[in-house]
Amino acid sequence: MKNYINYVAATLAIATLTQCKPKSASQVVTGDAAAKVYVAPGKFDEIYNFVSGGFSGQLAVYGLPSARLLKVIPVFSQNPENGWGYSEETKPMLNTSHGFIPWDDLHHVALSQTEGIDDGRWVFVNGNNTPRVARIDLKTFRTAEIIELPNSSGNHSSPFLTENSEYVIAGTRFSTPLDGNNDVPISSYKENFKGTISFIKIDPTSGNMSVAFQVVMPPFNFDLSRAGKGPSHGWFFFSCYNTEQANTLLEVNASQRDKDFVIAMNWKKIEEYAKANKGKVTTSKYAHNVYSDETHSATSTISEGIVQFDASELKDMIYLIPCPKSPHGCDTDPTGEYIVAGGKLAATIPVFSFSKMLKAIEGKEFDGEFAGLPVIKYESALYGEVPKPGLGPLHTEFDDKGNAYTSMFVSSEVVKWNIKDLKVIDRKPTFYSLGHLMVVGGGTKHPYGKYLVAYNKITKDRYLPTGPELAQSAQLFDITGEKMEMLYDYPTIGEPHYAQAIEASKIKDKQIRFFKIEDNKHQFATKGEKEAKVVRTGNRVDVYATCIRSHFAPDNIEGIQMGDEVYVHVTNLEQDWDVPHGFAIKGAANAELLVMPGETCTYKWNPDRVGVTVFYCTDFCSALHQEMSGYIRVSPKGSSVPLKWGLGDFSSDAPVTPEKK
Amino acid sequence: MKKIRPVFRWLVLFATLLLVTVYYLPIWSIQLWAPQYPEGLEMLIWINNLSGNVDVINDLNHYIGMGKINVDMFPEFGYMVYILGFVIFFGITTFFVNKRFMLYLYSSLLIIAAVAALIDFYQWEYIYGHTLDPRAAIIIEGQSYQPPLLGYKVLLNFTALSMPSYGGWILFGSGFTLVFASILELFKARKERKKEHHG
Repeated sequence: MKNYINYVAATLAIATLTQCKPKSASQVVTGDAAAKVYVAPGKFDEIYNFVSGGFSGQLAVYGLPSARLLKVIPVFSQNPENGWGYSEETKPMLNTSHGFIPWDDLHHVALSQTEGIDDGRWVFVNGNNTPRVARIDLKTFRTAEIIELPNSSGNHSSPFLTENSEYVIAGTRFSTPLDGNNDVPISSYKENFKGTISFIKIDPTSGNMSVAFQVVMPPFNFDLSRAGKGPSHGWFFFSCYNTEQANTLLEVNASQRDKDFVIAMNWKKIEEYAKANKGKVTTSKYAHNVYSDETHSATSTISEGIVQFDASELKDMIYLIPCPKSPHGCDTDPTGEYIVAGGKLAATIPVFSFSKMLKAIEGKEFDGEFAGLPVIKYESALYGEVPKPGLGPLHTEFDDKGNAYTSMFVSSEVVKWNIKDLKVIDRKPTFYSLGHLMVVGGGTKHPYGKYLVAYNKITKDRYLPTGPELAQSAQLFDITGEKMEMLYDYPTIGEPHYAQAIEASKIKDKQIRFFKIEDNKHQFATKGEKEAKVVRTGNRVDVYATCIRSHFAPDNIEGIQMGDEVYVHVTNLEQDWDVPHGFAIKGAANAELLVMPGETCTYKWNPDRVGVTVFYCTDFCSALHQEMSGYIRVSPKGSSVPLKWGLGDFSSDAPVTPEKK
Repeated sequence: MKKIRPVFRWLVLFATLLLVTVYYLPIWSIQLWAPQYPEGLEMLIWINNLSGNVDVINDLNHYIGMGKINVDMFPEFGYMVYILGFVIFFGITTFFVNKRFMLYLYSSLLIIAAVAALIDFYQWEYIYGHTLDPRAAIIIEGQSYQPPLLGYKVLLNFTALSMPSYGGWILFGSGFTLVFASILELFKARKERKKEHHG
């Protein structure tokens, strides 16, 4: 009987609890949200949104507010869809000092700036795993350059730009032994391991990157960064964790100290110091890959040697500011006066004041040194703390009205607060566990505001289930009012870490529609069908091919032999927008080529069997696309079948070239 | 022979000098729209050249077996500059000679030149639209692709519009001005003759 009563009581208790379930997402969305994200067919979005593809290694481009996926720009990973990293021209882009690497983990996105405003010229992204920084040209939406960073592991604190795109910064997440002293016991972490922060100079006209110098830091883990702006232009701020300098079970061992640091670096002074001092030149090797729109080809150069300065020699240039537990974000507000740090294990958001920090440095209000660097007293640099903002503050961006928006990973919400009085204004849940968030222009001196997007790690019950592996997601908020309003919720490619967004008007009219065939400087370009030919040099065969709606020239080839290495150089002769042609050969261990008008791309093929094989255009180019195809005859090695090729009139008098020696 | 009214005499000079701009402006425009080309394609005809999306139009036209349009297929481009030069010279002479019969001759010359040009253009369009490669991918029984002389015409998935461009409008404008002046001069001459008879 007692058991029975207990059972009833328990059932009632559960029933009551069910009534108290927290609000579900459907209750969060308000009436006119649909109208605010609706962009009618044929109309353009207001905003370009560049979203990291995380472990896909690529960069996604969405239109806002519709959240329509416009393009996936291949950066660090091979992309069979358009031959990126498969064509002979693009393979060098994925070269590193370790050789060809087909993948990376792309975390952060930084639009180029002029005077603290996004200028729409380039977007920079980081490769986290094999440390690299890439530059994407926003005239072509293609990766134009990738530079590798030696002495770096887990290139997480990257890429962050100064307000005139003078430098892009790359700080290492892991500290490791440096080149030249690599083979050491892991337990010698504190003596032998170092962190590095690389300063990559950006050429103001071409955008080309070069590693100017590297600052060798104590073995902390560097997380995120922001450059100062306005009055704080000339400074960089970094967050770091593991100041415990643990090398195992970081989960526990790197969470022991009550405070880690925000690091303030006077890069203008370091730049001057670097001009006057030679520094130590290391033996580090690193790859520098550049793609040319003239030759339609990339080159990879392995450079050697990098200039290093030890942090300890940079007196009066680097300061530590204590910051509650393992900070992640480290964000400067639009005025450049406030630096907001998100201690991911902390219960408050500290806001530091740049002017107070300068005074503290002047008055030497230090709390001793740590790892040889002066520590500014917490209170001396602190403007104030946002009380009880939520759990796990990670990253903060700003709107055009003096408000800040902080992502709360643990409590899964966006919190809006006022920078001046530090009071929380609004909070809205996200689904679930957001990492970064972004406001349009939120990292600039003059944010555009209007929209905020939260990037979530967990989606569970948000969409139709797709087995064990689920999409990550983004949630779009309207931030024009006092209260934030969730508008839309959509899955993304890969794992979206950070993203940035810019007014479409700054980019859309600068697009290159096609490449002029007369400007094509590819060494295997074929600028007319009459120039199409096949050339044998030993066992290397070069096919100079053209394509135009709706045929290849040549489309019949004989005289290929087993053991040949065949390079098909396909030039697209079209001179109109949106007429790419594709190319693929049956049985080739390769991806397709997707050749833009006026461009030349090369397909490498090692025939693996005797017989007639086929090739075709893989992009539905025209009404006669299905006819756009051809045959290649492969004969045994040493066969007497002559090398010949043709188009339209193959059987009778197709040209025959004498075999070249 | 009587002189031209001063106002018309100056109008002749103005209309003639305006013709000089025709050397620097496109005369005729053919525009094409299709579902795939909502922004439209355009071919502009100048006194001695072609411009616009000629290459794109050629690439599209090969499906239906039309020939490639190029500058060499218009011998007119070789001598049209001289014809216009002569017209301008005649106009200036008319201004200086300042006699009615010169005005009549001048406006007749312009009318003849304009009509000849239109006939010539129509003939080119006819040949271009009817000379089709028998091996073309798309052949439609009885279908030809002659562009319109003036106005709209639907050609398969394309809508074509043929009309004067800036230079063409100036030619027409000058021509109409001169014809208008000639007619008024004719009326005046008739009145004067009647007066002489009665008086």
